[in-house]
Amino acid sequence: MKTLKKITLIAGVIAASQIQAAGRDYISVVGSSTVYPFSTVVAERFGKSTSFKTPKIESTGTGGGMKLFCKANGIDTPDITNASRRIKESELKMCQENGVDGVVEVLIGFDGIVVANEISSHDFNLTTKDLFLALAKEVPTEKEGELVANPYTMWNEVNADLPAVKIEVLGPPPTSGTRDAFVELAMEGGCKNFSWIKSTKKTDKSKYKSICHSIREDSAYVEAGENDNLIIQKLQKNPDALGIFGFSFLDQNIDLVKGSVINGAAPEFETIATGEYPVSRPLYFYVKKSHVSEIPGMKEFLAEFTSEKAMGEEGYLTDKGLIPLGEDKYMKVKTDVLELNNLEL
Amino acid sequence: MWSENTESSMNNTDLVRQSLKKRYLKEQIFKAVGMFSIVAAIVFLIILLADIFTKAMPAFSQTNIELEVTLDAGEIGVGTNPTEQDLMAADFRRVIRNALAKQFPDVKKRKEKRELYSLTSMGAEFQLRDMVIDDPSLLGQNIKVEFMADDDVDAVIKGAIDRTLPESDRRVKDQKLAWIERLEQSGQISKQFNWHFFSSGDSREPEMAGIKGAIKGSFFTLLVTLALSFPVAVAAAIYLEEFAPKNRFIDFIEININNLAAVPSIVFGLLGLAVFINFFSLPRSAPLVGGIVLSLMTLPTIIIASRSAIKAVPPSLREAALGLGASKMQTVFHHVLPAALPGILTGTIIGMAQALGETAPLLMIGMVAFIVDIPQGITDPSTVLPIQVYLWADSPERGFLAKTSAAIMVLLFFLVAMNAIAIYLRKKFEKKW
Repeated sequence: MKTLKKITLIAGVIAASQIQAAGRDYISVVGSSTVYPFSTVVAERFGKSTSFKTPKIESTGTGGGMKLFCKANGIDTPDITNASRRIKESELKMCQENGVDGVVEVLIGFDGIVVANEISSHDFNLTTKDLFLALAKEVPTEKEGELVANPYTMWNEVNADLPAVKIEVLGPPPTSGTRDAFVELAMEGGCKNFSWIKSTKKTDKSKYKSICHSIREDSAYVEAGENDNLIIQKLQKNPDALGIFGFSFLDQNIDLVKGSVINGAAPEFETIATGEYPVSRPLYFYVKKSHVSEIPGMKEFLAEFTSEKAMGEEGYLTDKGLIPLGEDKYMKVKTDVLELNNLEL
Repeated sequence: MWSENTESSMNNTDLVRQSLKKRYLKEQIFKAVGMFSIVAAIVFLIILLADIFTKAMPAFSQTNIELEVTLDAGEIGVGTNPTEQDLMAADFRRVIRNALAKQFPDVKKRKEKRELYSLTSMGAEFQLRDMVIDDPSLLGQNIKVEFMADDDVDAVIKGAIDRTLPESDRRVKDQKLAWIERLEQSGQISKQFNWHFFSSGDSREPEMAGIKGAIKGSFFTLLVTLALSFPVAVAAAIYLEEFAPKNRFIDFIEININNLAAVPSIVFGLLGLAVFINFFSLPRSAPLVGGIVLSLMTLPTIIIASRSAIKAVPPSLREAALGLGASKMQTVFHHVLPAALPGILTGTIIGMAQALGETAPLLMIGMVAFIVDIPQGITDPSTVLPIQVYLWADSPERGFLAKTSAAIMVLLFFLVAMNAIAIYLRKKFEKKW
């Protein structure tokens, strides 16, 4: 009996003594899991090299982050949200309706999406058109305006120059931002090569989207989960398969996998930076302007993030696989952040 | 008549004898299948543990590079009598870079220098800074310091990167490999037990990442869970077993407690998000909310275990107490509860162990987060052990592979320890009636 009372009492007392008056003294960041690896590096350095607390960074996905960010302007809402795409007009409107006045946009760099396979396996020299034909749910036939369920099972059926290997692609599930970007950049990029499909964009946008954005659901495209490390491990076991994942994972595993050439450009640091490699997307974060003065360390954190040694051409973020901005864009981002210019869409 | 009888009895014995063989065979098969399942289960367990254990081993040692640094006050940009704040802002990176450049004077090109400086961890400068803050008299001296090596160097030393591969297929290029080998030959590279792993919080550099933040986060979360669920669950169990009238309403409650035990845990997370964070505006990512959510999950487990423990106390005990004039309340608290306590504690610990391994409800309340600072209380942002495993498994850097397995080992250690305590308590206090 005594033990019971003691346990309860001790646990209760410790718990009660821990509750302090709220009032946040750390920066709260939410948003995209793609920006997370970069954001966290900056946060860690910031925390270690200044007397401010290390910012807390949650990985909620771009859409989830926007929802949290735009819910209200109060101090209990996040200060920054990361995004692997630009904020939508509807999201910005939601922000404004909820009293978030003043959002600063920061473009931090680019991220490439690679199609890779096991290092000793075939070399793939793909085009976005090949990717579209190999992975779309329905593909156009010779006759204009006609679609059939994807009949291709081998890469050389899609394009005679490609190796005679079964089409088997391991990629992220629909909830992933990487998938969204891959569909938008690679699939749609290939889809546009068919002129009649391109012209439906103007007449029937939803049809255009359903043609270009639908990935086949048979065994040729395997949803391998959100964990890119897992995809790389599966590629080791299956040399005939291709995998879709972020550039930073290719960069870290260059001894295990190799990236396919797409539209004549290999997935390398330079080709992604110049935009020559077609499947790359911009990464952003958004800041609540009113929180800059309310949360200690906000100004310094923004300065650290946009500094030359972080975001610059040879900054430490590039070591983690971020593709830096060009000089002009970088200067613009830097002044925008310094002056806290409002985002206008 | 007589002969017929003997014949038929003979027949019966034969029949039994014949079927006996078949029946024994069936038993043999059943036993073999049972044995096979157990052996299969054990083999799988051993494979799993061996896999985790072998993968985790590299995480428990850390490669260090010994360098001789000159702590010149002017070089790091502080005056003669620097305050702690001055030292916080001082440039210790430069000192380390100078030491590396002195060791390899032939490196001149900018790009090569960048490579050279990446031999030591990004944390090396903070390591040096903390040393000087602890002992400012080091300023102006020449000291030898063992700096943490970068994760790539660590991987080369531990053999995770194959030195015999052609350069193009290797993460660490020939030049860097040559530097590492020179350092190796001069005896400046050493390996030691990775204390850092147990004494620091999360990091994005594999060599600097530690588990302490997650351990403390789990501790605070479980503390809240225990403080809330234990008293409530025990009170509920006592009321239902000892005081509640037998009617349909009480039956309904009982059924619902059993149902609650089967509710998927993610549902509790959604509830926590809607009620505690959105309505009561408690802080996100805090062990306070995590603990409340997990206590909802463990409540039914503890209630069910406590009830069966109370039920197992023989009625003669109650009757004797009542017969000697004790009130109902006295009977319960002086006699029934102490007798049931071992069972209740076992149930509680198993419920806590369940809560320790839970991730799903915590996803919803923002505990999947990068948190470097070690939490100091139940309202500080923190993460928990299983979520730390998840976060590391998702990181691109190869060094996190070992850290992931090491974190799993730590988690398993706590689970085994908690279950061992439960068994011990049961054995020690259990009474045979």
